[in-house]
Amino acid sequence: MTSITTPTTRNDLAVKPVEKGLLRFIACGSVDDGKSTLIGRLMLDAGAVYSDQLVSLQVESEKHGTNGGEIDTALLLDGLEDEQQQGITIDVAYRYFATKKRKFIIADTPGHEQFTRNMATGASNVDLAILLVDATKGVLTQTKRHAFIVSLLGIKHVVLAVNKMDLVDYDEGTFETICQEFKRFAAKLEITDLRFVPLSARHGENVAEPSAKMLWHADGSLLHQLETVYTGSDRNLRDFRFPVQWVNRPDETFRGFSGTIASGGIRAGEEIVALPSGKRSRVRSIVTMDGPLEEATAPKSVTLTLEDEIDVTRGDMICRPGNQPHVSRSGEAMLVWMSEQPLQLGRPLWFKNVAGRAICEVESLRYEIDVNSLHRTHAQKLGLNAIGRCSMSFHEPVVYDAYDRNRKTGAFILVDRITHETLAAGMFLEHDMSGESGEGPASFLPARKIKSQVAPELRSQRYGHEPFTVLLTGLPASGKTTIAKQLEQRLFDLGAIGMFIDGEAMRQGISKGLGFSTEERSENLRRGAEVAKLLNDSGQFCIAAFCAPEEAMRQKFVEIVGSHHVVHVHLDASVAACRARDTTGRYVAADNGQIEGFPGVDVIYQKPPAPDYTIATEDRIDVEELAGKVFAPFCRRTNVVANLSEIVFREDSI
Amino acid sequence: MVTQPIDPKESTRARGVASATTPHLDVLESEAIHILREVAAAFENPVLLYSIGKDSSVILHLMRKAFFPGKPPIPLLHIDSTWEFREMTDFRERYARQALGLRVIVKISEEGRQTGVNPFDYGSNAYTEVMRTQPLKEALTENGFDAAIGGGRRDEERSRAKERVFSFRDRSHRWDPRNQRPELWNIYNTWRRTGECLRVFPLSNWTELDVWQYIAREQVPLPDLYLAKPRPVVKRGGDLIVVDDERMRLEDGERPEVRSVRFRTLGCYPVTGAIESEASTIEQVVQELVETRNSERQGRAIDRDEACAMERKKREGYF
Repeated sequence: MTSITTPTTRNDLAVKPVEKGLLRFIACGSVDDGKSTLIGRLMLDAGAVYSDQLVSLQVESEKHGTNGGEIDTALLLDGLEDEQQQGITIDVAYRYFATKKRKFIIADTPGHEQFTRNMATGASNVDLAILLVDATKGVLTQTKRHAFIVSLLGIKHVVLAVNKMDLVDYDEGTFETICQEFKRFAAKLEITDLRFVPLSARHGENVAEPSAKMLWHADGSLLHQLETVYTGSDRNLRDFRFPVQWVNRPDETFRGFSGTIASGGIRAGEEIVALPSGKRSRVRSIVTMDGPLEEATAPKSVTLTLEDEIDVTRGDMICRPGNQPHVSRSGEAMLVWMSEQPLQLGRPLWFKNVAGRAICEVESLRYEIDVNSLHRTHAQKLGLNAIGRCSMSFHEPVVYDAYDRNRKTGAFILVDRITHETLAAGMFLEHDMSGESGEGPASFLPARKIKSQVAPELRSQRYGHEPFTVLLTGLPASGKTTIAKQLEQRLFDLGAIGMFIDGEAMRQGISKGLGFSTEERSENLRRGAEVAKLLNDSGQFCIAAFCAPEEAMRQKFVEIVGSHHVVHVHLDASVAACRARDTTGRYVAADNGQIEGFPGVDVIYQKPPAPDYTIATEDRIDVEELAGKVFAPFCRRTNVVANLSEIVFREDSI
Repeated sequence: MVTQPIDPKESTRARGVASATTPHLDVLESEAIHILREVAAAFENPVLLYSIGKDSSVILHLMRKAFFPGKPPIPLLHIDSTWEFREMTDFRERYARQALGLRVIVKISEEGRQTGVNPFDYGSNAYTEVMRTQPLKEALTENGFDAAIGGGRRDEERSRAKERVFSFRDRSHRWDPRNQRPELWNIYNTWRRTGECLRVFPLSNWTELDVWQYIAREQVPLPDLYLAKPRPVVKRGGDLIVVDDERMRLEDGERPEVRSVRFRTLGCYPVTGAIESEASTIEQVVQELVETRNSERQGRAIDRDEACAMERKKREGYF
């Protein structure tokens, strides 16, 4: 007789491991870094290898192993006949193991010449990357390339695993040197959580268990890092995004919209908007086979029913009215090109993202990134494994976010319309307001922004540095102009392009006719900000020295120039000290009422509550020292002046 | 027989709101549902390859969830080798066809049946080719299916580790490991031309233990063969073969003896080894699996008959 087994009770012991977290990671390394050995070792030591597999591993290790008859864990991974016999490598493979704490999925990518495409594929789905370094070789160009792609794909957690520590006698100094070198490089990238582990994959030292040979390393084994890294905060919980995948309409009585919540969450009863139509309604219910839910968050796959019969189809995105993505027929994006056939501008291609698909064209290629030097170069086309920034246009409005805000809704693929080959992986950049906004609710008429034909990146590349503004503020005679001129000279000597401006220079031309009332000082500063912005837009630096006695004025300045570009340095000296060293007689004139509204005399000077840097100029102005002090902080602000820091330190960038 | 009516409304276990870290079974479930809906939406004529084993039973369960309250819009295809355990074909009729009311297509190799191809005389290679691979290809072509969902998992066997979730097959249903589409994020390239087909594996990221834990959690109905029970067996080439019906050919000196056995994987009974076990509930099975030191496919002759056998079969069109 046939029966169907239906379990009746839940055994706690057995069911308990169900509630594990899941960590997806990628392991990157060059051919000889020992990546296969490490992954094999992790799986073996974590107990993911069954004994019948272990028996064949032992046999194979004796036959093909490179470990002197001992177990060669790399052999666990060489799966395919072709790979074994012909030595070809097929891109990403996936491996699985679990410990008591977590389940792990490894995206195992080969380190061969096709690495960009393979790595991007593997990195697109993971939370963490292990970058493998050979302790005897140190940080190689390949390591930096890997780190760059990992950062490009938005992976926040990186573990630098320094392998083959057995070959350097488990020497702490060697490990430290490698870590320091990598840290200096990684400061240029968007890696928020960087960890370091010394290990020997071959001997299993510090892989699953802390090694007795490296007691100096207190941060635990690699497996410990993998088990404890916290990735919960990586998820975008703010922005509710629900791409409609399937309209569920089994009969006349039910109409629901099925999909996987890409980010954020929603509650029954909340108001929603469907994009690109912009039609609004409320969530009536969140339907699942296990019963209705009060609320649901990413990454749950659910079905929503709405209060109103609005028209929603596959490819639409449901969001909250107050928090919407871009709806546009154009966009700026980074592309990782994956095809042998190069990118052809203007050729219609299929675009597919989490929401839907559309026909698109790559309109222009702004630059290509050389993954060896990280430099941006002017390029006419993208070939296999190339990475470039492009402008795209779509034949219908497309719904998206910037990738660095939302990995799910910022990603897309491009597909050849004839061969159906996947041509590229794409990541949207922050929306360009000059683009057409489409017919979504965001379709107010944006102020037309004058856009230069020359991309800012190309200017940066030509000038060797990014544009930035140093705003120097402080009392009259606190040393602003002296320091500003020194900074200008030094930057010029380093090959940077730009100039110094101050209040007086402004008053000689642009602000001719402005007096010294609070309003007029404020207007002078505003014009100074516009000049700084124009200089920055042209790719140049600007050293701006202004008294700017009110905080509101300084904030306005930063806002006009753009906070990404401004470093605010406050020169801190008392009124008495400034007065004592003032050789222009301005303080005396203010005392006598000849100048009105003079900061420190008859108007209050508000000390900046939060300048980027404060330099005390009370006793003396050691220009040499101060210039150095201003430079040093610059160099740390690598997101603004990455290339400048290279100039300053005369450091080879990669 | 079905011990419990399958009424989805009965289930009250509404789990939805995720904490900081979503439990991995919830992540895997959500991912699989996403894949199944993508198949339903992006293809014109998809099918579920239903082998009645635990993996296709889990997929069937996930399909019910994906399209609830609607019925799964995807029919089931069973390639019946005629050498399945009787219990499996009974289960197919009673559960999938009757209890769930789904459309079930059964395909048997007419050529194989007429020639009398069996696992005893033809060897597992030729037998699998005639009774499984060929009829599968025929059924896909005859019905014009453009997507075939299968229960393959990447942890099963080494060549599977490199299989895509959406795995492209040419017009002859061949898999070319050197011509696979890169899979980025959860955005799947589902484009194909007439005659081309994709095989889709929603359980790609699941391990055997995940499957069993999910079966326990979700109370997924399964054939009884997965639970230990006294059954007549013979020991053959290291495997315990259950004597399921009178067609079983005993070799010289073989005499069936009754042992408490169960299966970790189900296939054609003469080539599927059972394991000795006392695990007679799903919970005990999960517990046994947590403790076992042997892989799932140790009982599958088909994987072992030559090096890289599975990969070769897959290239020829085997699932």
